Amino acid sequence: MSVLDSKIPKGPLAEKWTNHKNDINLVNPANKRNIDVIVIGTGLAGGAAAATLAELGYNVKTFCYQDSPRRAHSIAAQGGINASKNYQGDGDSDYRLFYDTVKGGDYRSREGNVYRLAEVSGNIIDQCVAQGVPFAREYGGYLDNRSFGGVLVSRTFYAKGQTGQQLLLGAYSAMNRQINRGKIKPYNRHEMMDLVLVDGKARGIIARNMITGEIERHSAHAVVLASGGYGNVFFLSTNAMGSNVMAAWRAHRRGAYFANPCYTQIHPTCIPVTGDHQSKLTLMSESLRNDGRIWVPKKEEDAKAIREGKKKPTELSEEERDYYLERRYPAFGNLVPRDVASRAAKERCDAGYGVNKTGQAVYLDFSSAIERYGKEKAFTSGNKNASKEEITKLGKEVVASKYGNLFDMYNKIVDQNPYETPMMIYPAVHYTMGGLWVDYNLQTTIPGCYAAGEANFSDHGANRLGASALMQGLADGYFVLPYTIGDYLSKDIRTGAIPTDLPEFEETEKAVKERIDKLMNAGGKKSVDSYHKELGLIMWNKCGMARNAEGLKEAIEEIAALREDFWKNVKVPGSATSKNAELEKAGRVADFLELGELFAKDALHREESCGGHFREEYQTEEGEALRDDENFKYVAAWEYKGKPADAVLHKEDLVFENIELKTRSYK
Amino acid sequence: MKLNLKIWRQENATAKGKMVDYPVDGIDGDMSFLEMLDILNEQLVEKGEDTIQFDHDCREGICGSCSLQINGEPHGPDKLIATCQLHMRSFKDGDTIYIEPFRAKAFPVIKDLIVDRTAFDRIQQAWGYVSVNTSGNTVDANTIPIEKEKADESFNAATCIGCGACVAACKNASAMLFTSAKVSQYALLPQGRVEATERVQAMVRQMDEEGFGNCSNTGACEIECPKGISLENIARMNREYLAASVKG
Repeated sequence: MSVLDSKIPKGPLAEKWTNHKNDINLVNPANKRNIDVIVIGTGLAGGAAAATLAELGYNVKTFCYQDSPRRAHSIAAQGGINASKNYQGDGDSDYRLFYDTVKGGDYRSREGNVYRLAEVSGNIIDQCVAQGVPFAREYGGYLDNRSFGGVLVSRTFYAKGQTGQQLLLGAYSAMNRQINRGKIKPYNRHEMMDLVLVDGKARGIIARNMITGEIERHSAHAVVLASGGYGNVFFLSTNAMGSNVMAAWRAHRRGAYFANPCYTQIHPTCIPVTGDHQSKLTLMSESLRNDGRIWVPKKEEDAKAIREGKKKPTELSEEERDYYLERRYPAFGNLVPRDVASRAAKERCDAGYGVNKTGQAVYLDFSSAIERYGKEKAFTSGNKNASKEEITKLGKEVVASKYGNLFDMYNKIVDQNPYETPMMIYPAVHYTMGGLWVDYNLQTTIPGCYAAGEANFSDHGANRLGASALMQGLADGYFVLPYTIGDYLSKDIRTGAIPTDLPEFEETEKAVKERIDKLMNAGGKKSVDSYHKELGLIMWNKCGMARNAEGLKEAIEEIAALREDFWKNVKVPGSATSKNAELEKAGRVADFLELGELFAKDALHREESCGGHFREEYQTEEGEALRDDENFKYVAAWEYKGKPADAVLHKEDLVFENIELKTRSYK
Repeated sequence: MKLNLKIWRQENATAKGKMVDYPVDGIDGDMSFLEMLDILNEQLVEKGEDTIQFDHDCREGICGSCSLQINGEPHGPDKLIATCQLHMRSFKDGDTIYIEPFRAKAFPVIKDLIVDRTAFDRIQQAWGYVSVNTSGNTVDANTIPIEKEKADESFNAATCIGCGACVAACKNASAMLFTSAKVSQYALLPQGRVEATERVQAMVRQMDEEGFGNCSNTGACEIECPKGISLENIARMNREYLAASVKG
C-alpha cells in the first residue's frame, strides 16, 4: 500500500477547492506576526508566494542566486498565460481548460489539482491587470488573446513576446511593496545549500552568501521551495545558465520524494545548435506556431542540396514542401502539443530531411502569414486591388507588430532575416514536468516543506501545454499556497522563533562546509563545465526525445561512473570565501550528476510512452506514443536511500473520476 | 580568430583593480561574447587560476544580468542588444577588446566585472508598484478598457530589463531613464494613476539618495539601452514630478 496520501478533498470536482478552503484552519492576524516563512526562488511561484504571505502578515525571507529577484528565469517566458476567461466567446470554460490540461499531459496528472488550477486561472488575469501588468489589448481597449498548442480555443493572454517578464515584474513589484513595509527580507546572491530538519519538520536552511562565501543559518516555521526545474541536467537547454536543482535535490536527500523525474519537455521551436562552443539554447515562442507553418522538403535530394548550400528554401514551390504536421495531424495542424511536434521534427530529421548543416533543423515559415495579413490589412485600409509588393510590405508590418522582438532575436543569433527566409528550428530541453512530490496542499513528504511552480510535479502530467507554466506558477504562489500553508502553520502559533543554535543547524552546516571543502580540494584537472557537458550528452542521447531500455541502462552506468570521476578529478580554482562562479557551478553539477541517474532509472522503469516520455519499444504502428494505463497510471515518487541506484519507488495511483481515459489524438 | 583581451580584474570592493591582458585564439564568429569569455575561463581553470567573474544568466537578453562595458560602450558596439546577444562576428581577427565593469558611484564593483546594482531594487521598493493586495479580490480584468496606444506605450516602458546600461552610458551616471521607465509604465495606466503623485516623488527621492547623477539631456542612455527605452519617458517623469510638486 502506498504511503502517499494526495489529500484530494472529497466531493464534486468543481467544489473541492471551495470546500477545502472552508475546512482548513486559519491563523489569526496577530499570530501571523510570530511566524516566519522562508521562500527559495523568486520567480513567478516564489515571488508571488512571498508577496502574498507577507501581505497576510507572515515574516518572509526570500532567497535567490541572482542579484535581484526580478531576474529569476520566469522572466524569459515569452508567449503567454492561459486563463479560462472565455472573453472570445469561443466555448472556453474551467472544465475545458481542465480537460485540455489533463489530456495534454497524457493523463498523468491529478484531476483535483488541475481543476483547481483552471478554477483560479481567471483570477490571475484580474490580479495582474490590477497590478499594472500591460497585457496586449485590442483597439476597443479590451484584452487580446491568442492560441497555443493542443487546444481549440483562444485563451492565452500575452504581452508581445515578453509575457513572463511582465508577469514577473508584477510579482516583483508586489514583493517590493512588502520589502518596503519590512515584511519581506530579501537575500539576493544567496544560494540554499541544504534544508534543516528539526523533529522531522522543515525548520530552516543553510545558505551561502555568494559574495563573501559566508555560510549562514536561517530558521523558519516553514520552507517553500520555488526553485524551478532541472532542465539544465542536459547542459544545453533553454533554462538560464544558473538554473539548478540544488534546493529541490537537497530536500530530496533530506526526505522529500522526487516524482516523475523522467517527464521532461522538449520544446519544438528552438534555435538549432551551431557548434561545440554553445552554452545554451534559445527558444522561439510557441506563439509563432499560430502563424508559422512548419515544413521540410518533400524530396530528400532537395534537403541535401539545402544542407550543402546549393539551394535556398525560398526556391522550393508549395508542391515541393512537406508540411508534415498539417499532413499528419489535420485537426490541430501546426498547433499540436509540444511533445507531438518535437517528435515529428526528430522523425523527419532522422529520416534525412533536416535542413541545416548538421541535418538537425526544420523550417518555420511565415510567408503564408505575411501574405494573409497583408491582404487583410490592404483590404481593411481601403486598398482593394493591392499589388503583391504592397501586400508583402503590409504583411511584414503586421507580423512585426506581433512577433517583432522574436524575429529580431533570431536575426541576431543566426544572422539571417526571418522576414525574407524561413526560420530554422529544432527541439530543445525547455521545462521539467517532474519535480518534488506534493499533496493537494503543495506540501512535500517533509512536513513544513512546500514546493511550488516548476519545482513540484503536480499539474502537467507527462507533458505541459504552452502558456500553462506561468499560470501554474502564479496560481500556486498567489492563490493556493497562501491558503494551504496556513493550515499547517496554525499548529505553530505557540512555537515561537526557531533558534539557529540547535544541534540540527550545527550538523547541517558542518555537512555543507565539508562538501564545499571536498569540492575545493578535489585536486583534479578537469573543469566543472567539462563534466556538465559530458553529462548533458549522455542525457540528450540516451534520455532525450526517444529512449529505450538498452540506452537507459547504459546511461545509468555512465552517469554513475562520471559522478565518481567528478569527485576525484574536478578542478575548482579560486577561493571559497569570495565570489567564485566555478564553485557555484560545481555544487550544482554534483547534484545534477545524482539527479541524472535517478532520471534514467525512472525512465527505464516506466515501460510505456506518455507525453514527453517516449520509449521506442512502446509506440503504435504510426509512431504515436503507446500508453499503458493498466500498469503505469500512477505517479512514480522516489525516496532517497543513499545513492540514486538504491532509490525506492512509491506509487500514487491516479484516479480519473471526471475524465475518460482515451488515446490522445490530435489528428 | 585571434583576439587580444584587456580585462578588468579586481579582487573585491575595496581592492585596487587593474587591466590584465589575455590573448585568446580559435574564436568563431557564431559564438556569443559570453561564450568567448567561457572559453577564456576554461583556459584559466586548466592553469588553476581564479576565473574572471561576470554576471550573466538567461543569455537571451531578458534577465538583465549581463553588464559589460566593451570598448567603452555598455553591452558593446551593437545596438539594441545586451552583451549576451552580442556575437563575435561583430569583431575581426586581431582586434584588441577592452572589457570593464559598468562604472558608476552607485554601482560599486563586487569582483572583477561584477557590480552591485541593488540601488535599482531600492528605487523600485520606494514605490515602484500599485498598492493592491494579491488576494485576487479585484475587479474583472476587462472592467476598465484601456486605449491600445496607451497600453502599448506602457508596455514599451515596462520592457526595461534593469541592466544599468543607461547609468553606465551617462557621463553623470544618472538613473533617470531607468526610473522614468518605471514611473511611466504606471503613469500611463488607470491602475497606476491613483498613486501617481506619491510614486514619482518617492522614486525620485530614492534615486537621488542612491548617489546617481543629474540628467543633462545628452541622450547617451537611450542610444545604449538594449531595449530602446525612449527619452520621452524622462520628459514624462519630469512632467509628473513637476505636477506632483505643485500639488505638494
